[in-house]
Amino acid sequence: MSRRVDTLLEIADDELILGWRNSEWTGIAPFLEEDVAFSSIAQNEIGHARALYELAAAELGTTADELAFDRSLEEYRCAPLVELRRLEWARTIARHWLYEAADAIRLEALQASDDADVAALAGKIDREELYHRMHAEMWIDRLLCSEEGRTRLEEAIDELWPYALGVLDDELRPELVNRAEARFGRSLPDVEPVGRGDHVAELAELLEEMTMVRRSAPGASW
Amino acid sequence: MTISHEVDQAAVWAALAEIPDPEIPVISLVDLGVIKEVAVDGDRVRVDFTPTFMGCPALEAMTRAMRERVEALGAEAEVRVLMDDSWSTDHITPAGREKLRAAGFAPPPLRSEGPVTLVQLQRGLHRCPWCGSTETRLENIFGPTPCRSIRYCDACSQPFEQFKTI
Repeated sequence: MSRRVDTLLEIADDELILGWRNSEWTGIAPFLEEDVAFSSIAQNEIGHARALYELAAAELGTTADELAFDRSLEEYRCAPLVELRRLEWARTIARHWLYEAADAIRLEALQASDDADVAALAGKIDREELYHRMHAEMWIDRLLCSEEGRTRLEEAIDELWPYALGVLDDELRPELVNRAEARFGRSLPDVEPVGRGDHVAELAELLEEMTMVRRSAPGASW
Repeated sequence: MTISHEVDQAAVWAALAEIPDPEIPVISLVDLGVIKEVAVDGDRVRVDFTPTFMGCPALEAMTRAMRERVEALGAEAEVRVLMDDSWSTDHITPAGREKLRAAGFAPPPLRSEGPVTLVQLQRGLHRCPWCGSTETRLENIFGPTPCRSIRYCDACSQPFEQFKTI
């Protein structure tokens, strides 16, 4: 597998799995606006995953659907940060901010890539991600307004920090540290990243649910 | 005498201009500015299409509608979906912006007027499509489809949908 396909699949898998996780708030978010917001963000992320899979599929001679749904658990390249099932608001917002910050750094690098197709797609994706970042910023501001919100957010950031570091490679990771420390106004622990390769237990459950319909009728045309 | 199947480029554009956006039917695909190029070669027509939002569920319906309209002209149609970075909301035509506004969707602020920031969204720079006031506030960055935000007008006490700038 080329380095190009590997990168495309890492990002596509991140977006697909996080899109799924975001969609778990549909109908049960703290209030209606957030049902709408997280459903919409989920829809965008899955749209990005599709476009990234299509680019990878063209090189591999397969289809986006096969890449999204027909691989084994070990073949998924997503970062453990997006796999975690955390239906708790402070952790959801912490992950949202951390993931969007890491994704922005990655998309900036890809937009400068020599590969014209990848650079153009990264540019198009970033136009939408801007709104995700604004939504995350708005919520960080809101949580920081109260003592309880601040405490819960800080605990969530500390818990998720090793996972957030695992989204990026060694080259891009220091920039995430810079941005996160600037945003939260404190230094964050220098810990070992929980990177790609191993999956957390929740991923198996998610894949089981996500591919259930497709597996029920192998080879069907949807 | 032979029957010519030569398809006229203007006829293709006219046919495409009749396709409504599946989710905001007051505006056509040509108004939206998503058709980048129409190439005619004899009876073969290629349409290059740049989607708006990537997760838009209307994408496939739009592609199918374009193919059907072109085929109805007696041509062989190819619709290419280009996932490049060339479309922005600045491509919506002036006529398209006015159609949006008249239907109660505030047209997107132009990118050329400055970058989109949270501060800008939270301030009252966005005009209410009903009464024209800029005394409006952000209710939700997201809305019923990925392309829209929800705002509220303090002047006429009406909520409205704001097309996002991308």
